[in-house]
Amino acid sequence: MNETFSDKIYKEHIMELYKSPKNYGILENITHEHTETNSSCGDEITIQLLVKDGRIRDIKFSGSGCVMSLVSSSLLTDKIKNMNLEDAKKITKKDILELLKVKINPSRMKCVLLPLEALRRV
Amino acid sequence: MDNETAKTLKEDFPIFKNRKELVYLDNAATTQKPKQVINSIKKFYENCNANVSRGVYSLSEEATKKYEKARETIAKFINARKDEIIFTKSTTDSLNSLARVIDSLISKGKNEIVLTEMEHHSNLIPWQELAKRKNWKLKFIKMNEDFTLDLENAKSLVSDKTAIVSVSHISNSLGTINSIEEIIKISKQNGAITIIDAAQSMGHMGVDVRNLDCDFLAFSGHKMLAPFGIGVLYGKGELLEKMYPFEFGGGMINSVSLGDASWTEIPIKFEAGTQNIAGAIALAEAINYLNKIGMENIEKWERELSEYAIKKLKEIEGIKIYCNEKNYSGILSFNIYGIHPHDVASILNDYKICVRAGHHCNMPLMKKLGISGTVRISFYLYNTFEDADKLIEGIKKVKEKFGR
Repeated sequence: MNETFSDKIYKEHIMELYKSPKNYGILENITHEHTETNSSCGDEITIQLLVKDGRIRDIKFSGSGCVMSLVSSSLLTDKIKNMNLEDAKKITKKDILELLKVKINPSRMKCVLLPLEALRRV
Repeated sequence: MDNETAKTLKEDFPIFKNRKELVYLDNAATTQKPKQVINSIKKFYENCNANVSRGVYSLSEEATKKYEKARETIAKFINARKDEIIFTKSTTDSLNSLARVIDSLISKGKNEIVLTEMEHHSNLIPWQELAKRKNWKLKFIKMNEDFTLDLENAKSLVSDKTAIVSVSHISNSLGTINSIEEIIKISKQNGAITIIDAAQSMGHMGVDVRNLDCDFLAFSGHKMLAPFGIGVLYGKGELLEKMYPFEFGGGMINSVSLGDASWTEIPIKFEAGTQNIAGAIALAEAINYLNKIGMENIEKWERELSEYAIKKLKEIEGIKIYCNEKNYSGILSFNIYGIHPHDVASILNDYKICVRAGHHCNMPLMKKLGISGTVRISFYLYNTFEDADKLIEGIKKVKEKFGR
């Protein structure tokens, strides 16, 4: 049987991360925060940071979203933990897609990039 | 109408031959087009393409005749007078155009607009903008927990201050058929102008503007078998006579000097510039197609499909349907517990099932329901029980993927 589109994007590693995402929750002490909304579906992702001496010491994300936006948030927050905030903000769409390791079609690109947009605006 | 008839009708739609196994359940977004409609466009461009009401040559006269004949067909379809049919681009275009000039019909002291909590953004934002411009107040008829409109609330909101009441006939998110007859009556008692957004009802059920007694009504062609880019604004003749034009240019004038202009008669005074002539003719062709089947039959068939789908959906664990038990149309919204609508739609797409996921241009309503969106299915005359069965199978696959 041919591999279907969702077999391509809803792969095991994606579904695993979706069921137990990293850095999901609320931070007590924060220095930065931003909520970004996907206007096409109304999903919201909030990113909270604790930055000391320019370095991201702690990070959490919260909100409601589809598999792709939650997994992308998990991967992004995991990657930038302990990074310099200025460097973290330089992360690109290409980097996110590399982290996901799945092919994303145009109609779902906004979902995947939602946490990146939130990070850029903290 | 029955399942066999629906299967036969499907054969009129080339897309189902070209895209094998397509399960098209997003008719509230746009419907597919039958060959009769597609051919009417081709026929026009190949045989009598000319601008209308301009040339004295026969070709232009013929095009004009067809264009005006189309207007007549549409007028008859909704029981209006021919000169009460204004061609526009779409429902959105009709409502925006109306909102731009409707204040010329409002008497002094009236400064409130009444809408409902379930309006599509296109029957909300034009009125928000009018309210901002005129410093008027917006009020919203509440929705009951059973997804119908609260008519008691409507009675308390509409007063002699109400300038405009604009309500959708069928909710594009929930499929509720609103009690517009009641709302129009309440509005008339208070001297308000009544507007019906018929985007989701036209072509799905019989609509009689004389019977409804609404002042204006808007709809799109592409949601009822016709092509994109053609829509209608119906207005009562006496109001159209008084209303100021919303666009200016060729065709709509009586006489023009360098400093001033006067307008021609209705409805042409509202149709500035060259119109979508082929679109209007194709819309009339779509109406002919619908009339052959009969609007009552179509309405009943859509309801039967919904009834069938509701029954099947209820058998699946973890499904929440957002629809009234008794009052529903061919549009159904639902969610699968714990699975985002986008993920549902993405996986259904693998099985060639087209559904809509998201807020359906209805963000305030989704907020009220406490959700970010729903999965929406919407049936039309060519859908069959098999389409509904495939949807149900697809939903089971979605649940499997998520281990639910």
